Amino acid sequence: MANKTATLNSTSLREREYARKIRAQAIIRFIVCVIITIISLLPIYILVINATRESNDIITQGVSFLPGGSLIDNINTLFDPEAAGGAYVRSYNLWYGYRNSLIIAICSTVLSVFFSGLTAYGLTVYDFKFKKAATTFILAIMMIPTQVVSTGFLEFMVSIKLYDNYIPLILPSIASPAVVFFILQYMKSSFPTEIVEAARIDGCGEFMTFIRIALPMLRPAFAVQAIFAFVASWNNYYTPSMLLLSNKIEQRTMPMMVSAILGNDKISNFGVNYLAVALSILPVVIIYLCLSKFIVKGVALGAVKG
Amino acid sequence: MQKSQKKPAKMVSYAKYGYMFIAPFFIAYAFFMIYPLINTFILSFKGNGATVDEWVGFQNYQWLLFGGEQRAANSIQNEFWTSMGNTVILWVGNFVIQLVLSLLLAVWFSDVRIKIKGTGFFKVVMYLPNIITAASVAGMFLMLFGNSKFGAINSLLLNWGWLQDAFPFINNEWSGRILVMFIQSWMWFGNTTLLLMSGIFGIDPAIYEAASIDGSSGMHMFFRITMPILKPIFIYVVITSLIGGLQMFDIPYLLHEGTTIRPTLETGAVFIYKYFHQVSPNYGYSAAASIVLFILTAVLGIIIYRFNTDSTAPKKRKAAK
Repeated sequence: MANKTATLNSTSLREREYARKIRAQAIIRFIVCVIITIISLLPIYILVINATRESNDIITQGVSFLPGGSLIDNINTLFDPEAAGGAYVRSYNLWYGYRNSLIIAICSTVLSVFFSGLTAYGLTVYDFKFKKAATTFILAIMMIPTQVVSTGFLEFMVSIKLYDNYIPLILPSIASPAVVFFILQYMKSSFPTEIVEAARIDGCGEFMTFIRIALPMLRPAFAVQAIFAFVASWNNYYTPSMLLLSNKIEQRTMPMMVSAILGNDKISNFGVNYLAVALSILPVVIIYLCLSKFIVKGVALGAVKG
Repeated sequence: MQKSQKKPAKMVSYAKYGYMFIAPFFIAYAFFMIYPLINTFILSFKGNGATVDEWVGFQNYQWLLFGGEQRAANSIQNEFWTSMGNTVILWVGNFVIQLVLSLLLAVWFSDVRIKIKGTGFFKVVMYLPNIITAASVAGMFLMLFGNSKFGAINSLLLNWGWLQDAFPFINNEWSGRILVMFIQSWMWFGNTTLLLMSGIFGIDPAIYEAASIDGSSGMHMFFRITMPILKPIFIYVVITSLIGGLQMFDIPYLLHEGTTIRPTLETGAVFIYKYFHQVSPNYGYSAAASIVLFILTAVLGIIIYRFNTDSTAPKKRKAAK
């Protein structure tokens, strides 16, 4: 009897010790995660706070954690044609930036998703001689970085006078190997090809079958890829600044506006500069906050399948 | 008679749709990727600036890789090798920090024994820097770590009395590089964590249970169970990061004050951009550098791919037996 209680005590003691160890570990890990969270958010937080502060305060105090009262002044300066001798309006125009980035991002997203769907559908539903070769080719080219072809691309576009034009920024999205690959994987697991046969028997044309039946069924895969395509296009600085050679303000995309305002020596109002940068990331941050759960899941989804 | 007419008709009729459906992709790819790649190859054997139409044979490659007697040849060789060195330094620094942090977080987030509260929130916040425009991130850090006493960090350190004079965070060789490494890790660790987690979630929890009954420690389980099973996704992460590293452009290109790019931050991709984006473009140098980078990317990709398949191949053969 006494012996039994002793062993019972010792096991419960060991269990309690184990539980305490686990709890201690959990707390340590939580604290580390909080620190990493702070590091992740701090630069963005300072950016937003500094956008509301007066330039002199930023210069004399550096960092502050409380917002200042100069947001309206900063906005006015950013859009004031007379401020800094017109330097602001000559390098940064929010509406042009939003408009141009939106046009390019929406067009290339739609093209990339639609034509990738079409390609993946063609490779899944039909049997033809080069089907396997085409699929292997798409997988093989997925990793080729755009930078290594950009010299030839630029020279080519200059020779056919397509520089200073959005066409070479939008049309290449028709061929997005990574998106095709993702949709191929998705179709493998959740697109029964019998459905196509059924549509044929009902007299539906091949292209209409794709539009009416496949597109709605592939909507979840499209949604994930569309978000990533949109964000990637919005954030792209390399290709637009490479191809829009004249760098006209009416044509600049949002990242180009940021680079123009930072490269301008005549501009030294820090509060306004922080505001200009903050406004450039506003749309993607809003998209992210609305769709974050979806996006976070999408990253992992792409990887499991990749 | 009827039979023989119907059968081939049914087999042939749909194949053409397959070609029609995939045609736009291949036409666009040929026009915007394959021809530009061939064109890059051709341009790499042609001259620069005013002599861009002249054939120069292997001169661009020779100057870039080995230099020559002319001063121009040596300066371009010097710049090219510096840019390749910078690429390696910046990639290694960023990748090591990123990978250690991401592995740790991925293991923690998917640990079934020790659950961290608010994992969903942490994941969302840690991925946030990846979604933000790289050009804006560069601008943000440029203002925070400005060289002069007007930079936010400098003015803070001066106020606290930790510094006597402003420290040139951007212009200093190593602080500039460390800053780029930090920014790159800051932007990408969330993405890498999510990728690695998706691999860890594929591991059957029963394996860990069995191991812990057998008395395995956490470290032991990590190196003996998690890492081997994680290998394919790990290699995927390494390849994509390597290729991403060779492309590293926005941050090193934009992180400078004034009009000239920091030579200590000039990566291979910046080198290429710089030469084809001049008023009279030096297509020859940038094309030759592009082809070198292309070959490098392909070789690295194949080496890592081989490394992956070679060690798993014997197992598969055994299983087949």
